[in-house]
This record gives sequence, C-alpha cells and structure tokens, in this order.
Amino acid sequence: MAASPVIPKLVGQRVKRREDPRLIQGLGTYVDDVKLVGLLHLAFKRTDLAHARILSIDSSAAEALDGVEAVFTGAQIAEFLEPMPIGTPFPSPPHRAVASDVVRYVGEPVAVVVAKDRYVARDAADLIVVDYEPLPAVVDPEEAMTGKPAVLHEDFENNLAVPLVPGGTGVSKGKVDDTAIDNAFTEAEVVISQRMVSQRLAPTSIEPRGVVAHYEPGKSTMTIWSSTQNPHTLRSFIATLTGLGQDQVRAIAPEVGGGFGSKINIYGEEYVAAAVSKRLGIPVKWIEDRSEAFVATIHGRDLIAYVELAAKRDGTVLGMKMRLIADIGAYNMLLTAVIPTLTMKMASATYAIPAIRVRLTEVFTNKTPTDAYRGAGRPEAIYFVERAMDILARELQMDPAELRRKNFIQPSQFPYKTQMRAIYDSGDYEKVLDQALQTANWEQLKRDRDVARSEGRLVGLGLSMYVELCGAGPSSGMSTGGWEYAHVTVERDGRVSVMTGVSPHGQGNETTFAQMMADQFGVPLEHVTVHHGDTAVVKQGIGTFGSRSQAVGGAALHLAGAKVKTKMAKFASALLEAHEEDLVFEGGQIFVKGAPASAKSFAEVAAYTYRPIRLPEGLEPGLSDEAFFEPSNNTYPFGCHIAMVEVDRETGEPTLVKMVAVDDAGNLINPLIVEGQIHGGLVQGIGQAMIEEVAYDEDGQPLTGSFMDYAIPRASDFPRFELESSVTPTPVNPLGAKGVGEAGTIGSTPCIVSAVVDALSEFGVTHIDMMLRPEKLWRIIQRGQA
Amino acid sequence: MTTVSITVNGKVRTAEVEPRMLLVHFLREHLNLTGTHVGCDTSQCGACTVMIDGRSAKSCTIFAVQTDGSEVMTIEGLATGDQLHPLQTGFWEEHGLQCGYCTPGMILSAVNLLKDNPAPTEQEIRDGIDGNLCRCTGYQHIVNAIQHAVEHTENR
Repeated sequence: MAASPVIPKLVGQRVKRREDPRLIQGLGTYVDDVKLVGLLHLAFKRTDLAHARILSIDSSAAEALDGVEAVFTGAQIAEFLEPMPIGTPFPSPPHRAVASDVVRYVGEPVAVVVAKDRYVARDAADLIVVDYEPLPAVVDPEEAMTGKPAVLHEDFENNLAVPLVPGGTGVSKGKVDDTAIDNAFTEAEVVISQRMVSQRLAPTSIEPRGVVAHYEPGKSTMTIWSSTQNPHTLRSFIATLTGLGQDQVRAIAPEVGGGFGSKINIYGEEYVAAAVSKRLGIPVKWIEDRSEAFVATIHGRDLIAYVELAAKRDGTVLGMKMRLIADIGAYNMLLTAVIPTLTMKMASATYAIPAIRVRLTEVFTNKTPTDAYRGAGRPEAIYFVERAMDILARELQMDPAELRRKNFIQPSQFPYKTQMRAIYDSGDYEKVLDQALQTANWEQLKRDRDVARSEGRLVGLGLSMYVELCGAGPSSGMSTGGWEYAHVTVERDGRVSVMTGVSPHGQGNETTFAQMMADQFGVPLEHVTVHHGDTAVVKQGIGTFGSRSQAVGGAALHLAGAKVKTKMAKFASALLEAHEEDLVFEGGQIFVKGAPASAKSFAEVAAYTYRPIRLPEGLEPGLSDEAFFEPSNNTYPFGCHIAMVEVDRETGEPTLVKMVAVDDAGNLINPLIVEGQIHGGLVQGIGQAMIEEVAYDEDGQPLTGSFMDYAIPRASDFPRFELESSVTPTPVNPLGAKGVGEAGTIGSTPCIVSAVVDALSEFGVTHIDMMLRPEKLWRIIQRGQA
Repeated sequence: MTTVSITVNGKVRTAEVEPRMLLVHFLREHLNLTGTHVGCDTSQCGACTVMIDGRSAKSCTIFAVQTDGSEVMTIEGLATGDQLHPLQTGFWEEHGLQCGYCTPGMILSAVNLLKDNPAPTEQEIRDGIDGNLCRCTGYQHIVNAIQHAVEHTENR
C-alpha cells in the first residue's frame, strides 16, 4: 500500500457535524423541496387485493377530471417500459413497475395519473375503477412451499423463489457431504432445538421515498432526483430502462431523510417517473405517502429458522444445523434473494463451531417484497445463533457469558475462515465480552435480579455477542461492483474539494471525510468541502449501504488524497529546493522538516501548481486526482450487548431498565458520530424485539398500514444507553476502520429477547418469538401462574 | 377558493387557497418554506410541527383556512438573524440529528416543551418529545441537545 498511514489529529476527535447548520434551520433540500417550471405530479392507483387478475380498468373519469394531463394503465406503461432489473444471480419472474395482468400484493400499482398538483392527482387515482377476479392469497410461507393455496408465478413451482441452497461443512461444488455434521450430532451429549422467527419489519425512514424526473427533449438528457442511497446505480438502471446512455442521465440524491437499506432499491415509481417524463417531455414528481410506504417500500427480515445445537455437557458446541425459510414477498427486488444468504454466511457468529449445516429456501407470498433493512441478513443470523446459545446455556445451567467464552474464535486464529466460508479479518471477542461484563457490572446485576425476584418482580438479564459483515465489497460479490470512488482537488486558493461516491443520508461523511482531508493536507477543517450524491459532480460511485462508507469510501478518499499530496509535494520540493520526503504539511503550510522558517503557505503552493512558471520536469499543472478502492475482503466488526428488562406481572409490559453496548468497529474517525450510529441501531434492534412487526391477515391484507398500527420506538421507551468501545483495526483497508452503521441493530435484538425470557423463566419458558408485546407476555404469566 | 391571511414568521401572507389545503402544503408550496416536512399522514411522526399562536401543532392535520388570522412560526423563523436559537445550537453541539428530516419538528416541539417547563428532567424531556419520531438517533443525543439548550438559556 503506497499510502501513508492516517496521523490522528482531527481524525479520532468528536468534531461536530458540518451538515447541521443547514438542517437545523430548515435549509436542506430534500426531494419534495425540488421545484421545476412546469412540474406535474404523479399518483399511483394501487390494488387493495393481495392476489387477483385484472379484468379491466376504466380510467375515463380520471382522464376527464380538470387538471389531469394523462393516465397510464399497467398495460400502457408496458408499451414503453421494460420489466425491472434485479441485482442477484437467482432466476427471477418478470416484475413490471405497474402490473398489467395479475396483482400479487396489496399496494402493487396498476395505473398512474399525471396531474397539475398532488391533490388532483390523488382525486383522479381514486376515480379509476379496476375490475378484478380475486385469486387465493398466499400468506403462510411454509404452506406456500407446498404450492397452496395458489402459485404466484408460472415457472416457480411451489412458490419456490430459491428452492434450496445448502451451505457449510462438507458442501463443495453443489455436493453435500453430511458426515461431519452427522458425527457432531452423534457425539453430542446435549442437543437443543428451537424454531424461531425474525419477523417482517418496515424500515420507515421518516422521509418517505420520492422522485423528480426531468427529461429535456432538446438535449436528450434526463435528470432524476431521488431519495436514494445510491445515485450512481440509479443512473445506470434508469439509463438502461429508458433507452438512454449513462452519459445522458444525471442522478441526484439531494438531502435524503434516512434510508436504512430501503432506499438501495431502484423502485418502480422511479422508472415510471423517468419513463413518463421522457414520453411527455415534461418534469414530473412523485412523493410517497406514509400509508403508501408501508406497502410500496420494501420490508425487511421475515425469516423462519429451525436451529439445532449439538454440544458437550461442558458447553463445547460440536455442531449446528439451521434450516432457513425466507418469506420474500411477491417479487425479487434488487437484492431480495441475496439478503438471506448473508444470514447463511454469518451463521458461525463469533464461535469456532466445527461443523455447520445451513439449508436455505426462499418463498414467494402475496406480500410486499423484502430486501435490505439495516443489518440485512446479519441480524437474523446473530439472533438465531445467540438465542440458541442462550437456550443451551439454560439447558446446561451455565452462565450465558461463560458458555460463549468457551466457544469463541480466538484472537490468534485470525484471519479465520468459518465453516460458512466467511473470512473474518480480525477480532478479540473475549476482550469485548469482559469489557461489557465489567461495564454492566454483570455479577452485581445478577444479584440485583435475584433480589428483585425474591420480592416477586419479574426481572431478567440478556447478553449477546455479535460479529457482522461490513464494508460491502469486493466486486466479486456485488453486481454493481464493490469498490468505491473518490476525487480530490486542491483548488487554486488552497481549499480542498472532495467528491465521494458514497451517498450519505445522515451518516455525516461531509464531516468525517473533511476531518481526514484536513489531517492529510494539514489544513483547517473549514477549508474542505465534501460533495456527494450527484453523478454530474461525482464521476463514479457505488453508494452508501452495508456499513461501507468509511471502510470502502473512506479508503478511496485516503488514496485519492495521497495521490494529490504526493504531486503537491513535488511542486513544493521544487519551490523550496528540498527533497519531497523532508516536507511537512502542517498548519496550512508546507515546510522542510526542522526548518519551519522555510515555509510556503499551502495556498501559495496550490496557486503555483495552476500557474507553474517553471513546470517541474515530468509534472502536469494542477492538483486533482481520483482513486478507486477495491477492498480485498469484508470487514467484521463485533461486540457484546447486555440488557436488563423488567416485566410487569400485572400487565405483561416489558421495560428496558439497562442497556450496555461494547462495540469494536476498528479505528474510529469521529466517536461522536459513531455513538449516534450505535444509539440509532440499538433503538431499531430493540424496536424489533419489543414493538415492531408488519402483520398481514389470512387474506393478505396488511394490518399495519400507518404509524397508528405499526409502532416505531419513541423517546420515552428507553433508558440512557451505556456505550464503550474497543479498537481492533482491520487489515483490509489503510484506515483500519470497519464500519458501524448496523452494529447496534444486530447485537441488541437477541439480548432483549433473552432478557425477557430470563425474566419469565419461572414460568418454564425457554423462548418467546418477537415481538414481545405485553399481551403475549401476560398470557405466559397467566398460564404459568395457573 | 378561500382567502386566508396568516402571519408567518412575522410577515402577513394573504393567499387564495382551496379549503382542503393543509397548512403544511400552504407553507411548503405557496410560501416555499420547505423546512417543515411531511413524514406521515396521521399526526404520528411530528415532522410537520410548527408553532401556531405560540403553541406547537402538527401542520399536516390542520387546514390552512383554520389558521386564518393566526401567527405561525416555522423552523425558518426560529433563529434571530444569524443568532441560532439555543435549541438549534444544542442540536448542533450534541449531534442531535443525523438525516435531519425530523429535526425541524423535533426542535419546535422542544421549544414548546421548554416554554412550559424551562428545566425539565430527562424523563420529562423524553415524554415531551414523544409526539415526534426520529428513526436515526435513538433519541439520546436529542435529549442531550435539549439539556444543552436548557443549560445555555439565560434567565431560565
């Protein structure tokens, strides 16, 4: 690696964010704030049946409404818009942005209205009359696997999107050798088994999705603003589906109000907006309502697992079997099919399990498609394994911490290749366990719990370890490529412009990346501006997801900065008549080491490179360069979370009393921002455990269609979190940073469930499926007391 | 169409609006005050919170015509010139926001909270912002931000 290491100056400090001044004054520009002359508005007519054949659509009343420009049914859209592309290698049924023959989930669009404003567009959509022939709704994924009560897609027998993927010990080139796993279970002194569900969730960024598409016929160019996590992928896909070249499409992610994975996808509404704008030659806007978002934006999780652990009486785990059934909903979206394979990949968790067999099946049902939601496959893996470990600890009457300690992958074993073929880069699991036990005062907590119990209170403790897969890349595993891009320019006045291919939407990269550049060039933070989210400004990029911004995007930035700095040093060495390697960049100056009086200002050197009266030999003028960083592997952050929960014996209501999180994300650029990421992740993970669940009835009707029915956590639900960090750098990138965006969501969920199970252990329960709503817990208490 | 006259951030604004136009759309579409956001359709998320006659209110569930003659303050009207409101400063200092979408509403709810209770406990702060959803921060830094504002507000 040619790049010099990052010297901590601003890097590592709690620098307050540079994004904030505009956002706290209401001056950010989100997609709904984009206004164009002649802008028209779209509204989608969506099916309210889960599974039905479209017999006819009458849009005459809508077309006649004053202010309506056009109405397109699915069949009409199909004349000028191809089916949507997906990003996974699995076979996939055709998926049109607007359905033309069969609808397969409540909320699937059947027509689109173009009108003068959003009120009229909605009125017109309501005037469209659709005649359906109802079909049986497929709701239960395990029943669906038998082809009952209906089959969603021709060519996908028994609704099997992915019939069976085996993984783990003894799986090679499609052949499965079960000898090792069978031996593990034969030798076992204890076997535990449990069916578990990681339930369906709604990502619910507070800003719903939205898009503005502007095709300019005179120039044959398309500009598309979208609330997206990856504008470059949007550009590629929009170009493909609208018959334009990538050079003719400009995609802009303006201020984006949260994503959590749900805005990775390129959605039907984006394709329709672009296609309609091109067809009519006018700019159009579509902004999602919240009630639309609950059915039209992807859901997350929805995975059933049958887990078996084989162990010795001393707690040594000999083997694990995991049967996974993923309810992926009605269609494959961009990454739908690949998300559950990440659960497979992480099935060894933090443990050196010698034999593992995982079998995955993915099933179509009449529900909104699933895809990436914060953690995306890894929370499910950790939930299943950690809950199983907890059940085993209870069976063996071992302290859950000690059972885990006995099975950890040891620090000397890294890089460690698991039976699932993940290659963990670095780790020290016992260290974070001990740090968490100490921070939480585990022994005292156990005594406090026992005292509370002796008073008749229902108090429980939960502990979970996690390791996750971050730094999404390398290119071999991603259809978009797994690299990241950065461009650095030292301007004529000595200020620094950064273009990054990641597309932050709350992660604070305008700050963290400026910290890095300030240190690299020895200039003030205020002299650095970070640009992102516009494909006309940032030439290439992949985007922000999979906790990759710092580990991949930051690494690209570091390399680009190093290239520019190296060139600047050559100019400075000519000006100062000194060797490049003797130069120091510090305090806005460049000087010869040990001779600060020799200094030229950074700005003076920068200006010289743009008017090089004597151009040093072999150099071009100017200071501007780019870098692509291709990671050699993922990064694997890890940690330990501990929770104390009390359940009200009268009402069954669980209350989180204490939450400790020790996380190791490698080197940290800005601990303040890292804390914010962990807090947010914890709340989403705890939300899954306690209050969040997308529910459907037996007809495939969603029961959670607004914030009145789908609970997301509120401020009063939580105590103050206690955070600690540990630092085990990764060798995978020059920064040693692993990524932290999803950590909290992964570790916290099993921890909470285990704490509640512990609280109710006197009633003989060993597992409770999420979510842990009071009514469910109250029934357990009532049954147990009877 | 109905004529409304609403004082917004200190300026009287008169306009012809449909009776069904929501206040939030009046602010955003007619006045270009896009700092007020829409996050749900049901008054749950609070992203659209503004001050109406000195009290916080959710502008997505009130018609513009209902505020005829009222004084409305949006996030754009909170700072005094270049001088940020102590709550804005608190949110900046304490990393009280990530994506920023809920932030204007969250700040204005906090304005209302501190008006009623200038020295709230942590639990009172958490209860006080319960009508505003944030999916990014986990709320702890928002609580810190409000506490920061309390500590840095004179004459409390």
